Amino acid sequence: MSSPAPRVSLFITCFNDTLFPQTGRATVTLLERLGVRVDFPLEQTCCGQMHFNTGYARQMVPLARRFARAFADSELIVSPSASCVAMVRCHYPRVAELAGDEELRRQLEALRPRVLELSELLIDRLGVEDVGAVFPHRVTYHPTCHSLRLLELGDRPLRLLRAVAGIELLELREADECCGFGGTFAVKNADTSIAMLSDKVRRILDTGAEVCVAADNSCLMHIGGALSRGRVGVRAMHLAEVLAATGPGRPRSGGAARGTGGARRGVA
Amino acid sequence: MSAAGGPRLGVVGAADHPPFPRAARAALADSQLRHNLGQATRAIRARRAEAVGELPDWEQLREAGRAIKDRVLRHLDHYLLELEAAVQRGGGHVHWARDADECNRIVCQLVAAHGTREVVKSKSMLSEETQLNEALAEHGIRAWETDLAQLIVQLADEAPSHILVPAIHKNRREIRELFAATLEEVPDDLSAEPAALAEVARQHLRRRFLEARVGISGANFAVAETGAVVVVESEGNARMCTTLPEVLITVMGIEKVIPTWQDLEVYLQLLPRSSTAERMNPYTSLWTGVSAGDGPAEFHLVLVDNGRTNALGDEVGRQALRCIRCSACLNVCPVYERVGGHAYGSTYPGPIGAILTPLLSGLDAAPSLPYASSLCGACYEVCPVKIDIPEVLVHLRQAEVERPARRSRPLGSPDGERAVMAALARVFASRRLYEAAQRTGRLARLVLARGGRIERLPGALGGWTAARDLPAPPAESFRDWWRRRARDAH
Repeated sequence: MSSPAPRVSLFITCFNDTLFPQTGRATVTLLERLGVRVDFPLEQTCCGQMHFNTGYARQMVPLARRFARAFADSELIVSPSASCVAMVRCHYPRVAELAGDEELRRQLEALRPRVLELSELLIDRLGVEDVGAVFPHRVTYHPTCHSLRLLELGDRPLRLLRAVAGIELLELREADECCGFGGTFAVKNADTSIAMLSDKVRRILDTGAEVCVAADNSCLMHIGGALSRGRVGVRAMHLAEVLAATGPGRPRSGGAARGTGGARRGVA
Repeated sequence: MSAAGGPRLGVVGAADHPPFPRAARAALADSQLRHNLGQATRAIRARRAEAVGELPDWEQLREAGRAIKDRVLRHLDHYLLELEAAVQRGGGHVHWARDADECNRIVCQLVAAHGTREVVKSKSMLSEETQLNEALAEHGIRAWETDLAQLIVQLADEAPSHILVPAIHKNRREIRELFAATLEEVPDDLSAEPAALAEVARQHLRRRFLEARVGISGANFAVAETGAVVVVESEGNARMCTTLPEVLITVMGIEKVIPTWQDLEVYLQLLPRSSTAERMNPYTSLWTGVSAGDGPAEFHLVLVDNGRTNALGDEVGRQALRCIRCSACLNVCPVYERVGGHAYGSTYPGPIGAILTPLLSGLDAAPSLPYASSLCGACYEVCPVKIDIPEVLVHLRQAEVERPARRSRPLGSPDGERAVMAALARVFASRRLYEAAQRTGRLARLVLARGGRIERLPGALGGWTAARDLPAPPAESFRDWWRRRARDAH
């Protein structure tokens, strides 16, 4: 980093705020360690992704408005959730169109390029790949569908992981296949979702990894939920938590349902 | 026969078909089907990626494929009339059919007028859509399918489960049993080797080809400028169907017209690489009207709407009419790979079927199909004409949610779902309610969780905990931590 410390607003997402606060804490720890000044607009709630994808686009128009208001003053917005970033960047234009609100459309249009997924911020804006993390564990990376196909993150997360000290990265077979989460799909088509999940879990186990990492806690909750149910001894963990880790402590995620058992986390 | 084989379909999105989640549940339990499909789709996926990877201008080709079709859809009336005039100039007859019944009536009358009881047919998804074979049977006319895989599903009295590979759900041992039971002159020691199976079918089909006086085909493209009709295929059976009989009847969806001969350059590259992963398909048959002493003496082109103008009226959904039936989206779809084609209960399965079926025949006929996807986007990525299938799925979900008369219900009671979604939207729209809900949610930790995990949820959410644990809500939300940290810093 050359220029003065950048300012970034954290878009935590309702899901992480409520269920995976450790991912938010890790994001803050990591960014502050890299000299970024982080703020957190408390007016933010939910981007409306679940509503939109389930067919309730009209009902979530107020959520897009709230997002525009909450982040109106932010220069740069970062989120540790690829699918929520994709909601804002790829789908908000359609929401504004449905709302038929020109003012909202302009606000959202102005916000879109400022919303970044964590690995985009690190690599594209801050220009770092080695974030100074230490994580001496066997790890496999699952590229979630929205990070892969909507945000086109490419190998950014992997480049960050490769630079982590002590890490052993193991390749996941058929990595780009969906884990079967799909938001309400996991409930509406639970059987098909589980069939997809079983195959994903089998491939994760085939790698011999002890940790499965991704850039989205929704997919990780799905994958981790099965790892936990099967008591297979492999845990799911968000990319931010690996990148924030600096000690040799055991890998651990907050809720037991994202892994098995629990020990001290490597993240402060 | 696999349990998911099922009887032949009714009209597109047959009303008596179980909703997708129920049909999928049955299909998922069929281990033979899962194995057959998994093997077949994995192999074809890898080959397609290789074939597409060879072309440096693949993205430009996709863009051209999209643009040409979009132009056709904007000026469909113009190009159809131009096509009609060109076919007539070439000595062919053109018929217009509003729907499946009209299409079938026209074809049956034409066949009956030639006093024949048997016709040979090359593969046509449109004829599956209109159930042409059944209509012909009612008129005492036997239609012989001549595409190998289509013959297999016909002999099994099933519907195709894949657009390109209709019998993808069957393995060769199952096909051996079927041939032994249904075809004449099958050797007792027929093996399950593909070559032996193909030979039995070839002998059977050769007799049909030589006897038939009327052939029926579909069409992949028709060129408005010249009147040329195009069929691409692998086996040569369509070539036989369109050249040997005295009379040829081609049924074609109205969206299959393309403006100029040169446009074929784009599609004859996009289609084979996307569908069979070939640089070029083995047979490309093109004909314009009739030619004296060469091929059929009489040619009829039936232009069929059957819901296509409905789809055209849908601003977001109309892109589905670009589809060239390559089936690349089926082969990459993780849902299709696991449940197979029959679970969709429609002529067109997989991602394209999940949008095309409700667009052609109304959401009423297939309300659960727009939800038969995790929105992973793999289909859009491979589509050679850039149909944004996830976009259309979400659009159709919205239409379904807003449909006044909802009959079949995708998730328990949709009114229950609507109420939950409305309540959640209200909570998320207010910081105060949102934070209160977070505090309330923490109670779940006390009520539902054991050892930090929730293993059983009530009601519709039970689908989640059928196979997955859920993390107990943590004691402190992120925003609580953030505020505490700010306080501690002071």
